[in-house]
Amino acid sequence: MSVTRYEIRPGAYADSIVLMHLQSSLAAIEGVEDAGVVMGTPANLELLDANGLLHPDLKAVAADDLVLVVRAIDEPTAVGALGEVDSLLAARRSESGADFRPHGLRSALRLLPSASVVLISVPGRYAATVAHEALDRGRHVFLYSDNVELTDEVALKEKGRDAGLLVMGPDCGTAILAGVGLGFANRVRRGRIGLIGASGTGLQAVTSGIHALGGGVSHAIGTGGRDLSEAVGAVTTLQALDLLGRDQTTEAIVVISKPPAPSVASRLLGAAAGVGKPVVIQFIGHPTPPRAQGNLHFSTGLSETARRAVELLGEPGEDQIESRPGYLRGLFAGGTLALEAQQSLAGLAPLHSNVPILAAEPVADLSRSSGHTILDLGADEFTVGRLHPMMDQDLRLRRLRQESDDPETGLILLDVVLGEGAHPDPASELGPAIADVCKTGGAEVVVLMVGTDADPQGLDEQRVRLEVAGAKVFDDVSEGLAWVAARLAVGSAVVGERVAPSSLEPPLGAINVGLDSFYDSLVEQDAEAVQLDWQPPAGGDERMMALLEKMR
Amino acid sequence: MNIDQANTDAVGRMISARPMLTGVATARDVIPGMRDGLLLHAGPPIGWDRMSGPLRGAVIGALLFEGLASTEAEAIERVEAGEVEFAPCHHHQSVGPMAGVTSASMAVYVVENTEGGNRAYSNLNEGYGKVLRYGAYAPEVLDKLRWMNEVMAPLVARALDGLGGIDVRALLAEALHMGDEGHNRNKAGSLLFTKHLAPAIGEASDDRSAAAGVVRFLGDNALGVLNPVMAACKAMADAAHGVEGSTLVTAMARNGTDFGVRVSGLGDDWFTAPAATPDGLYFSGFTAEDANPDIGDSTITETAGIGAFAMAAAPAIVTFVSGSPSDALNATLEMYDITVAEHQHFTIPQLDFRGTPVGIDVRKVVEFGVTPRVNTGIAHREAGIGQVGAGLVRPPIEIFREALTAFAEKHGV
Repeated sequence: MSVTRYEIRPGAYADSIVLMHLQSSLAAIEGVEDAGVVMGTPANLELLDANGLLHPDLKAVAADDLVLVVRAIDEPTAVGALGEVDSLLAARRSESGADFRPHGLRSALRLLPSASVVLISVPGRYAATVAHEALDRGRHVFLYSDNVELTDEVALKEKGRDAGLLVMGPDCGTAILAGVGLGFANRVRRGRIGLIGASGTGLQAVTSGIHALGGGVSHAIGTGGRDLSEAVGAVTTLQALDLLGRDQTTEAIVVISKPPAPSVASRLLGAAAGVGKPVVIQFIGHPTPPRAQGNLHFSTGLSETARRAVELLGEPGEDQIESRPGYLRGLFAGGTLALEAQQSLAGLAPLHSNVPILAAEPVADLSRSSGHTILDLGADEFTVGRLHPMMDQDLRLRRLRQESDDPETGLILLDVVLGEGAHPDPASELGPAIADVCKTGGAEVVVLMVGTDADPQGLDEQRVRLEVAGAKVFDDVSEGLAWVAARLAVGSAVVGERVAPSSLEPPLGAINVGLDSFYDSLVEQDAEAVQLDWQPPAGGDERMMALLEKMR
Repeated sequence: MNIDQANTDAVGRMISARPMLTGVATARDVIPGMRDGLLLHAGPPIGWDRMSGPLRGAVIGALLFEGLASTEAEAIERVEAGEVEFAPCHHHQSVGPMAGVTSASMAVYVVENTEGGNRAYSNLNEGYGKVLRYGAYAPEVLDKLRWMNEVMAPLVARALDGLGGIDVRALLAEALHMGDEGHNRNKAGSLLFTKHLAPAIGEASDDRSAAAGVVRFLGDNALGVLNPVMAACKAMADAAHGVEGSTLVTAMARNGTDFGVRVSGLGDDWFTAPAATPDGLYFSGFTAEDANPDIGDSTITETAGIGAFAMAAAPAIVTFVSGSPSDALNATLEMYDITVAEHQHFTIPQLDFRGTPVGIDVRKVVEFGVTPRVNTGIAHREAGIGQVGAGLVRPPIEIFREALTAFAEKHGV
């Protein structure tokens, strides 16, 4: 036999929806057959009546009385259910919704307009599309996804370069921006060392090392493993170097990567030499020059890299190589050196040569230089009817004067090769000619010397005489070419738009598209972040995706 | 073809439309193409054989009301003999809640978009209980309709003349700041509506008891403003219809059997699929078993950027979305993903006065797999029992995929 019990709460208004919900909660209690929770309006009372819930006592209630009625299998159940009302209402109030997760980047950025970076870890085939949208919406990209096509990487990085945005990746596992670790990153204190790395674990090891030594990190910018390849051309690395060079927080820079493509290495080293801050460079698994070149410090181990970076913070400023305008005119006696110069200075454009390699173009007119020009004066076309320039300097001297008279010439690069068979005293002829050039105050002269202290011409003597004439002399070819690269600002001639340091100022905001754990990590680091509820477009339906792509 | 530009154009027309409620008139006098023997109904086109219970009931009621039949049996006979024509309200610049059945003699609200010049119409709201829009056709249902037609309609018409019309867009904007979302919660809007009309009704009437009756009826009906609001939304949505190259949704409607949408750049075509049953809360004594599939033209509110799209503004009814006020916020936030603009006139205090999401883009619905949210009343599956609950429903995703495919075919994509 069912029992009906009621309760009246005078003047206790609640919205009908709240009441309906309460009613269904009551009805769900075991043993309760039906429940009515309504404001006491005539229409509602009719409803109760129709359902057999209208106790005679309830006929006199007013419209602003809250009426609770329960019909249950027995009295204890009915009374018990009514006793639950307040806790049910209270329980409802304490429920809270989960954080909102928008589906699209546009909505996410509307929620967090200050977000400056979008983390992307969706499957590779979808990643480029998301990254393009992030760039189109003016945000840096941290692209963790792998299996992104090389052509997509090139397109993304070119778009980023033109827009002053970093594309960190693809296959980029680690970055620390404004003190916030993205992807796989260690908790390190914020500080004055900026890092650039194509290797995620390399960055982790060095940033951790810096932290352990008491140093700190301004930004650690990942680039993805292919950034230093010929095809990609170090777009992100060069952007990052330029950015860290101008970033006021950053006082020393670390570059870690696998060995770069040769043509890319010269641009990278040139840009690093011109960055205006000490740079520690580690090409993993690659023999490096034994000592510093200007502001460039080469390291062979991760711990050493970290230590050098921290040490350099305390050192007084280095001799900064100031860049100068004008074209390079390289007048070589040695063919191999002419090729080496082209390789190391491949970032120069337009670059012409009579022995062109890489990006260099053939010279149009052997008798006149244009743009940057590197000539092998020992090549057949120049030696017809005369001795090789290693022995006979006549052609070189005339060409030296000719280049000096050209107002477009900025730097004349010569090689002087000593030893048996070579000219017995090159400085005797080159010295006065160089002095003439230097007196005009136009171009400057750089000499790369190849020789030993046992050579008959005397290495030091030749060097001193050329220096007295006004030349800058290097007896290490690589060091000399790196200096020239810096002097002519190879690589730091920023293509596209420069990345604004302000875009990475703390507090960092980020949108995460993909792995939940990356979002959780951002939140734990107190970064402002929005997690996208990302799904493959049109649920992965190929036909719909194709249509949508065409209807953008 | 620049779809984004076309959509921006279309949604601009929708947002800048200014729907004024200018009058109340008899359907056959004002609705284009309206004639005796024609019954307008909610949703996409449908024949008697596929009509659900509530729509059939409303058809019977309308035939009785028009005097085209004197009994239920006779009404069905006439329909089955093919003597009754059916057409969607939407084909006649009209909308109606639930069954939406509108016949030639019924009084209708007239809304004019003073920006675009287009008009829209909607029948009068009957209030709660046994009502035609839920398929009831008992004598008292028809009596109330007659009172509305003969007493209320002329008085409200004169009152609106006296007022020079009511700016429904302004009224809605205010109601959204008072806890309405304009579809399932129209408490504030209905009171504002009554406030505007009451003095004018007093001035327009010589019959104190009739005036009092009409004002009381309006004041007691928390849904009273829904119908003029729907007509206003129809006027706004129609302003955006017919923009070449636009993928904007300009109508969403259900007939109790099918859910249909129309797209701005796809002419008068409907894209339809079986309507779902709303997920919601039920009145005492009813369960989901009793529910009819989704029905009514009131989804025109969501089409125009209010209703479920403005859920964040209506925390009092958040239990529809399963609970907390943050769920209500999330409901609105989700709709920004599939819309192309934020409304300039309809804003949400809870979102720092951000404009409501407006202008559903078929492309975005398909891309994200997110269908528009709809707040709705739930009708009993049998004619005449009435409302059994309220809740949330979404249109089937297929109709958006079909629309996208049709658009691609039309434009040779």
